[in-house]
Amino acid sequence: MTTSTETTRTTGNSTAIATALRGTLRVATAGSVDDGKSTLIGRLLHDTKTVFEDQLAAVVKASRRYGDGETNLALLTDGLRAEREQGITIDVAHRYFATPRRSFIVADTPGHAQYTRNMVTGASNADVAIVLVDARHGVLEQTRRHAFIATLLGVKAIVVAVNKMDLIDWDQAEFDWIAKEVIEYVQALPTPVPVTAIPMSALQGDNVVDASLNTPWYDGPPLLQWLEEFDAHPRREVGGRLHVQRVIRPQGGEFADFRGYAGVVNGGALSVGDAITVEPSGISTTIRAVHRAGKPTDGAETGHAVVIELAAKLDVARGDVLVTTSARVAPHVGETVEADVCWMVEQPLAVGSRWWFKHGSRTGRATVTAIDYRHDLASLDREPTHELVLNSLGRVRLLLSEPIVADRYVDNPEGGRMILIDEATNSTAGAAMITAVTR
Amino acid sequence: MSTTTHLEALTDEAITIIREVATECQNPVLLFSGGKDSAVLLHLAVLAFVPARLPFPVMHVDTGHNFAEVLQYRDEFVRQLGARLVVASVQESIDKGRVVEETGPRASRNRLQSVTLLDAMTEHGFDAAFGGGRRDEDKARAKERILSFRDQQGRWDPRQQRPEPWDVLNARIRKGEQLRAFPLSNWTELDIWQYIELHDLALPTIYYSHRRTVVERDGMLLAVGGPVVPEAHEVPYEAVVRYRTVGDASCTGAVESTAANVRDVIVEVAAARITERGATRADDTFSESAMEDRKREGYF
Repeated sequence: MTTSTETTRTTGNSTAIATALRGTLRVATAGSVDDGKSTLIGRLLHDTKTVFEDQLAAVVKASRRYGDGETNLALLTDGLRAEREQGITIDVAHRYFATPRRSFIVADTPGHAQYTRNMVTGASNADVAIVLVDARHGVLEQTRRHAFIATLLGVKAIVVAVNKMDLIDWDQAEFDWIAKEVIEYVQALPTPVPVTAIPMSALQGDNVVDASLNTPWYDGPPLLQWLEEFDAHPRREVGGRLHVQRVIRPQGGEFADFRGYAGVVNGGALSVGDAITVEPSGISTTIRAVHRAGKPTDGAETGHAVVIELAAKLDVARGDVLVTTSARVAPHVGETVEADVCWMVEQPLAVGSRWWFKHGSRTGRATVTAIDYRHDLASLDREPTHELVLNSLGRVRLLLSEPIVADRYVDNPEGGRMILIDEATNSTAGAAMITAVTR
Repeated sequence: MSTTTHLEALTDEAITIIREVATECQNPVLLFSGGKDSAVLLHLAVLAFVPARLPFPVMHVDTGHNFAEVLQYRDEFVRQLGARLVVASVQESIDKGRVVEETGPRASRNRLQSVTLLDAMTEHGFDAAFGGGRRDEDKARAKERILSFRDQQGRWDPRQQRPEPWDVLNARIRKGEQLRAFPLSNWTELDIWQYIELHDLALPTIYYSHRRTVVERDGMLLAVGGPVVPEAHEVPYEAVVRYRTVGDASCTGAVESTAANVRDVIVEVAAARITERGATRADDTFSESAMEDRKREGYF
C-alpha cells in the first residue's frame, strides 16, 4: 500500500477528479485468448492504485478459491461466475480510472472467436486498441481479426503489447519480429492507423505503469505514459449535423408555441444564427436557439446533446437531419447503401435476406442485394462469397425501405454507422460502416 | 480542441440515452428509490425534455423498510420536478402471497424486490425501466449493456447479451419482454457527487454526517430501530455517521464520517479506499456473485 496521498493516483475513486488535460481516452483491449488482456487491465488498475481494498481482498479470496495461486489480477474484470470458473473473458467489462493527467474508460474485451460480437461492442467506442500478443506464440488469426475490426471501427491508433516477454527471456529479436509483423499487417489494411509496440510482462508489471529494468534495449515509454500522452482528437470536421431524435413540444402553458429538435451534434459545430438545411426535404432556414442540458447556449459541438429551435416553422420529424449549409462535406441522401459489415449472429447475412436497420434515429427494412467480397483475415485477400457468417467481415450492398441522410464512415463516423437487427429475434446482428450512399 | 468536461460528456450521454429510450419504447418508467443515483437520474430525465414535461412516470419499489427521511424526500423531490409517482409495495407482494418473507435477525427484503418489480411492470404494462445502476458499482454491473434485455420472465442472461456497437441503441423487443436502461452506466460515485454539487441537488439528509445509534454487524454499522433488532451480543452505541448508499434499511450500513456537506463528501469519496457497496451493503458481500445472481432473477 502506498503512503503517498498527494496525487489522485493514490485513490480508488478518481475518475473525474483530474481535470484531464487531454480529455477522456477510451481504450479497448484486443487479441487472442490467454494473451493476457484481463491481466494487463488488472495490472494497469492495480499499479495506478485504482483498485479498492475490498475489491482486491475479494480477488485474493477468489484466486485461492479457483486455484489460481497468487493474486489473479484478471479477476478484477472477469466478474461473471462463468468467466471465473473457466478462466476466460466472455463479455466486455468497463472500468474507469484516472491519473493526474487524464481520465480513462477501459473496455476489457474477450479473445475467443465466438465472443467477437462482444469485442465489437467494446472496441466500437474506443480511441485506442491495445492488441495483446503472447510473445511465445506470436501473431495469431485472432490477433489479425481484432486488429482488422479495430481499424475498421475507427480506432485512431493501435498499441501492440507484446506480452509475457519474461517467458522468452526478454529476447529483443523476438520482440522486433512480432512488432514488425503487426505493423506490416496493419499498414496493409483498408484503413491503416499508427502502430506502437511495447515489450511487456502484464503479470510482473514490466512496462505497464513503470518502466522495466529488463528491457534496456527499449527506449519508448511504458504503456500508461503512452496512453496519457496520446492525442486522440485531431479530426477533420465535415460540418455540423443533428439527427433529429425527438421533437420537443410542451403542448400548452407558457411554452405552447415551443418546438425544439432534440439530438446529438456531430460532424462539427452548430451555432445560433447558422443557416441549415433540413434533409432529406432540402428546405433551408436558420438556427434560432440552442439549448444544452436545459440551458440556452450560443452553440454546440460534436457530442453535445442539444435541443435546437429553428427560425421557420417547418415539418421536421424524428429521422430527419439538420445540416449546416456551409458543410465542407455534404451528407449523402439515398436508399442504396454500400457498407463494410461485421457480422455477429449465427444466422448468416445472405444475398436476398432482409433485416431491420437503424441509422441515427431512422429505422426501416434493409434487403441485401449483393455481397462484393469477404475479407480473408490472414492474406487480406477479398474473396467472393454469397453470405457472411458469424464473426466475418465483408463489403455488402443494401437496399433500404426509406432513404437515409448519411456520411461515409471514414469522413464522419457518427453519420456513417448503422446497425442491422434480426427481424425474428430482435437481436443486433451486424455493425455496418457505410462506404457509399446513392439514390 | 474540445472544451467539453468529463462531467458534461457524461451528461450528454445520459440525456441522449433517456431521450432515445423514451422515444422508442411504448411505456417506459423510471425507477426512483430516493437514493443519490436515482435523484441524479431523475434530474437528468427532466432536463432531457424541458420545456416539455417528463413523458413517463416514476416508480418506487418500496420494501417497507425505509428511512423516514428518504420517504419524505422522495415525495418532495418528485413533486418539485412535477413527475407522477407509482409505488410498488413489497409488503403487498407479501400480503398477496407472491413472496415469502425471510425470518430471523438477518432477514432482508432486498431479494423480494425483484418479484414486486416484475409484477408492477406487468400490472402497469411498462416495457422499459430506467435504472440508476453504474458499472463501477459491482463486477456484474461492469458487464452490463446500456440497454439490457430481459426475457418474458424478467431474467438477465449475461452470456447472451445483445451486441451494442457505438451508441446506436436497439430497443426492439417482443410483447412481454422488457428492457432495462442504464443512462448512468459510465458514471462513478465521484461523478455523481460532482453532478449533485454542480446542480445543487437536494438529497436525503442521511447522506450527510449525523449522530445515530448503531450496532456493528459483519463489519457494517446498522441503524438500530426499524427493521434492525440488536442480537444479544450486539451492543448499540451512538456514532457520527453518514450513509454512502441508501437502500433497504435492513441491509444498508452507515459509514463513520464527519462530511457535513457536498464539498466534504466529494473530498471523502475521492480519498475512499473501499467501494461504496463493499462498505455499505450486506446483500452484496453475502457471496461472490450475489449481484449477478439477483440480476438473473430480475433485480434492477
